[in-house]
Amino acid sequence: MTLAKYIKVFDIGLQNTFVYRWNFLLLSIFGSAPLVGAIFFWQAIFRSKVSVINGYYYSSMIFYFMITVFLENLITPTEDEWQIAGEIRDGRISSYLTKPMSYLGYRIVLFLSYRLLYIAVVLIPIIVLAWLLRDHLRMPEHAITWLAFAASTAMAAFLQFFIAYALAMIAFWVLEISTIIFILYSFEFFLSGHVFPLDIMPAWLQGFIRWSPFTYELFFPAQVFMERVQGAALVQGLLIEAGWLLLAWLAARILWSRGLKKYQAVGG
Amino acid sequence: MSRYLEIYWMMIRNSLIREMSFKANFLLWIVVEFLWFVGQVVFLEVIYGQVNNVAGWSKWECVLLIGTHQITSQIFQAFFYVNLAELPELVRTGRLDLMLLLPVDAQFAVSTRKFGMDNIINVLVGVAVVVFCLAQLHVVPTAMHVFLYLVAIGFGVAIHYAVLFGLATASFWIVRAQGLIYGYFNIFNIARIPESVFPYSLFKIIFTYFLPVIIVANVPAITLARSFQSPWAGLAQLAIGTVFIVAATRVFWRFALRRYSSASS
Repeated sequence: MTLAKYIKVFDIGLQNTFVYRWNFLLLSIFGSAPLVGAIFFWQAIFRSKVSVINGYYYSSMIFYFMITVFLENLITPTEDEWQIAGEIRDGRISSYLTKPMSYLGYRIVLFLSYRLLYIAVVLIPIIVLAWLLRDHLRMPEHAITWLAFAASTAMAAFLQFFIAYALAMIAFWVLEISTIIFILYSFEFFLSGHVFPLDIMPAWLQGFIRWSPFTYELFFPAQVFMERVQGAALVQGLLIEAGWLLLAWLAARILWSRGLKKYQAVGG
Repeated sequence: MSRYLEIYWMMIRNSLIREMSFKANFLLWIVVEFLWFVGQVVFLEVIYGQVNNVAGWSKWECVLLIGTHQITSQIFQAFFYVNLAELPELVRTGRLDLMLLLPVDAQFAVSTRKFGMDNIINVLVGVAVVVFCLAQLHVVPTAMHVFLYLVAIGFGVAIHYAVLFGLATASFWIVRAQGLIYGYFNIFNIARIPESVFPYSLFKIIFTYFLPVIIVANVPAITLARSFQSPWAGLAQLAIGTVFIVAATRVFWRFALRRYSSASS
């Protein structure tokens, strides 16, 4: 019974999203252009000097970007925080409060259904790209890597989701939160490894990178898949990631219950 | 024409009054833009810690390119961004009807309602960066080059405008077009990459002439930083690209308006 209602929400989420399939298609076309730009840029860098930059060969750099693009499409929430904040601001969450499921659970199921459909749509361009760049791809050598990659990716997905969710909760206190969301985006943009792999940064920054939550949103799972982090370091990374996931979840829960006390149900 | 100017001045005044009532937000936006800028410069520091030049571009030339992109995109955002970003919502809710009824050109009406004051400050930051880079490069541009630089930036603003306008117009067919706005930011990531990085290819042709994001910041930056080079070929390319995309999106908009059927009325 409990499961059935969540499956229903999942189904609704799928259908809602499917209405916007053209959005996805356009987005994937526009999203892949900068990747091509990044590839040409790195090509030029590697052409003008050595074959290796801080442990990255041209091939491994391209491979790194392939993985992060795949991960971003798979796990990064796109509109969830805007929708949640909008529902709080407009007083629409009132109707969810009366339903026999938690709002957080509801949003998680929606998030999962969005991501599933999204990756299904953009899989075609990603496969085309992977085929074009097939010389640079390298599958993991150890079977255990797949397991670690799956675990770190799943945690990264929920870490990103809980951060987005906690942030959207600010809408209980502040009317206009787009500025705050964009500040987070600008941190994530650089510190998650979206623009360049974080380990090419100078050594004195590596301590910060190891403990920063953003590292675990994209960079860490990519490192795991490339088998650039192994053994004790892998275990340590997974533990730090789990720690951040727990903190983000707690923040989401606490902000929700605090916010609800303040909630006035605008227009409802 | 003077009527349009007058209307536009009123819009700007209104926006200023509105924005000043959200001072904290205003300051935060400046912080956001500043963070982005710092992030990009840090990235270049990392790269140029390893190599002396990328496809013939030195570090300060690259920073100048980023500064130029900053100036262009922030001027565009000051005048048009918010308005265009709201267009999909106007279409979805049917509030566009109101705009169409105004006794001015519909494209003008939807493009010029609000004005972003915070972006102007970011433009000034961009200008400071460009001047600093020129000093680092030991380049003193002539009045002529500065003039051409400004003309090229004008073309650049028109390109930014046309690209987002075209994307926003797609919302006549695609409901909930917020994703398209991300498309704008995505595609203009290319503008910050030195043009010589791209080998001659279909990719380069498309993004030079049809969707001129490769040259949008590169041409003005080269005009200013490499005054020993003749700027005319680049400027001609930029002019052709601008005229094409502005005209194309205008046609697209007219076509979209014809099949607009409003909502919930």
